[in-house]
Amino acid sequence: MKRIFTVFALLTGLLLSYALYQALIVAPTEKTMGDVQRIFYYHVPSAWTAFLLFTINFVASVVYLIRRSSAADALAVVSAEVGVVFCTVVLVTGPLWARPVWGIWWTWDVRLTSTLVLWLIYVSYLMLRRFSASGETPVLAAALAIFGALDVPLVYFSIWIFRTQHPQPVIGGGGSIDPRMWHVLLINWAAFLCFALLICWSRYRLEVLKREVEEMQALEALLQPRGSR
Amino acid sequence: MTLSTITRATLMKDLRLEWRSKDAINAMLFFALLVVVVFSFSFDPNAEESRQIAGGLVWVAFLFAAVVALNQTWARELRNQVLDAYRVSPAPANSLFLAKAIGNFVFVGVLEALMTPLFIVFYQLRAVGPVWQLVPVAVLGTWALVVNGTFFAAVSIRTRSREIMLPLLLFPISIPAIIAMVNATTAILTGELSIRVWIVLLATYDVVFTIACLLFFEMVLHAE
Amino acid sequence: MIRIAGLIKQFGPFAALRGITAEFAAGSLYVILGDNGAGKTTLLRSIAGLARPTRGSISILGNSEVRDACRDIGYMAHPSLLYDEMSGMENLRYFAGLYGISDDGRSENVIRGVDLDPALTRPVGQYSQGMRQRMSLARALLHDPKILLLDEPFSNVDYRSALEMVKLIAQLRDSDKTILLVTHQATLLEDVADEFVWMEAGQIVSRTRELKLLETR
Repeated sequence: MKRIFTVFALLTGLLLSYALYQALIVAPTEKTMGDVQRIFYYHVPSAWTAFLLFTINFVASVVYLIRRSSAADALAVVSAEVGVVFCTVVLVTGPLWARPVWGIWWTWDVRLTSTLVLWLIYVSYLMLRRFSASGETPVLAAALAIFGALDVPLVYFSIWIFRTQHPQPVIGGGGSIDPRMWHVLLINWAAFLCFALLICWSRYRLEVLKREVEEMQALEALLQPRGSR
Repeated sequence: MTLSTITRATLMKDLRLEWRSKDAINAMLFFALLVVVVFSFSFDPNAEESRQIAGGLVWVAFLFAAVVALNQTWARELRNQVLDAYRVSPAPANSLFLAKAIGNFVFVGVLEALMTPLFIVFYQLRAVGPVWQLVPVAVLGTWALVVNGTFFAAVSIRTRSREIMLPLLLFPISIPAIIAMVNATTAILTGELSIRVWIVLLATYDVVFTIACLLFFEMVLHAE
Repeated sequence: MIRIAGLIKQFGPFAALRGITAEFAAGSLYVILGDNGAGKTTLLRSIAGLARPTRGSISILGNSEVRDACRDIGYMAHPSLLYDEMSGMENLRYFAGLYGISDDGRSENVIRGVDLDPALTRPVGQYSQGMRQRMSLARALLHDPKILLLDEPFSNVDYRSALEMVKLIAQLRDSDKTILLVTHQATLLEDVADEFVWMEAGQIVSRTRELKLLETR
């Protein structure tokens, strides 16, 4: 297992460097935005990866509530944590790109705002996990995860109506993308997915180990001669 | 023993307790008053501007004040661990949830009824659109805050930093409802846009989360 | 009749109950003794269904799910489980509703049974500690449960009232109830208890009919 992990880590490293080379050198320069557009190869794959991880978190939470399996709960923690990291990348790279292109750091556009709200929901999820007593954390957190998932379409819809009622200046995107750009984007996404998988893998192993240690400690406490508690 | 008799008994019990102690309502009223006053120092709008911003101010004030009431609901049950007496009884968990949610709806409703005149006076509000439409917005919006608020207050009493935890859990989830309430209110005050779509959104939010709360409350109540 | 098999309850790395196997028969009064932190309260809470066993099982009157037997369990906790702002009668009426008991006579009788006055309008928060304990016992007896779990019913109760409570508890035992009573004042119950159960560090270390036998340990 450890061997596979190392090999996978190396491959991910290679893929990431290749993707970096593709994004910075191979991909054509965008006509109007210039080189700053290249951040797009990090921004978009991070967003897709974050959304995928949040979906995994939702599924794992549902499975946990049905089966009450510790593995599902561990997967839920891991996907939420890593998802928040990638979502943070999205929220940081977005304004970095928007500033030179749109002339503003932030606009309350649908995608941006929905991503921000999603980030808020999952940060509150992690907070809840941190602050609740150990025994009940998984149940409470799973409930919140499901509430959060139910909220996503409502968030998107509400911001969308809000935006159509209050039009904002210049929202970029649109138009067709050069097929070579697509190609680079997909390579980057693949690299980011591998990277996310790698982090999740090692974080999951850590989580499982942590739980095993806790169980051992619990067992020890159980077997200890009385009076020494 | 049905869902509704226990709900009614619990609701009456809560109203009676509140009537005697007045813990929630006093703190909530004073807090909302403070928000109104502080806001009016921060902004000095003319009649036209205040129409534009009042929707936001009003609901933010209600939201903060509601958090005070929502924390109180369960704090009452934690004193002397009375909640345990409910948990060992055969009474269904959802009766308790509905009673608490309806109770909070009443508290926040009373607050809104008392605070609205103040807002009108302080901000010289005069709606351009049809005023009666504020009623469905207030009803649906208040239920939206209160139903999830009651649920997440029950979640947050199980955490270490009880009272702080509630807004942290409640506000992110409530964002679509807040957007809808604020925009509907502003639309009525300025009389510029239709509120139809916001009403639909609020109603959907209410239905979705009322069902979700009823599905998960028992699990939260007995979680340990 | 309560049957407990291999009951373990852990709070994180802390083991509150470390393997309890025991049976408690109907019509008997069991007095549970032990130092603070021996797991007495956790044992009662587990039987009441307020603490879910980490391992092991509890069967109550043949129900393996504690929730299914909740109508047959009366639980008196260390805190009063009463609303301080309401009178005793108001409290009991509310709790009677939770059990689907509509008869008002029941609440009054139970209050008289613990030697309190049902007409008392003072809120429970202003009761003396002893009165509150007795009202709390009344709450546990309200639905006439077959099993009674009493956690330190005599704490802060004056001697005379404690004797009255003992008399009442003995009567309840004679009407075929299973009673588990946690206390530090074992001598009060020396004459009426059927068995003394000594707990230490989450385990039952001895059960005896004579209190003296425990004291020689």
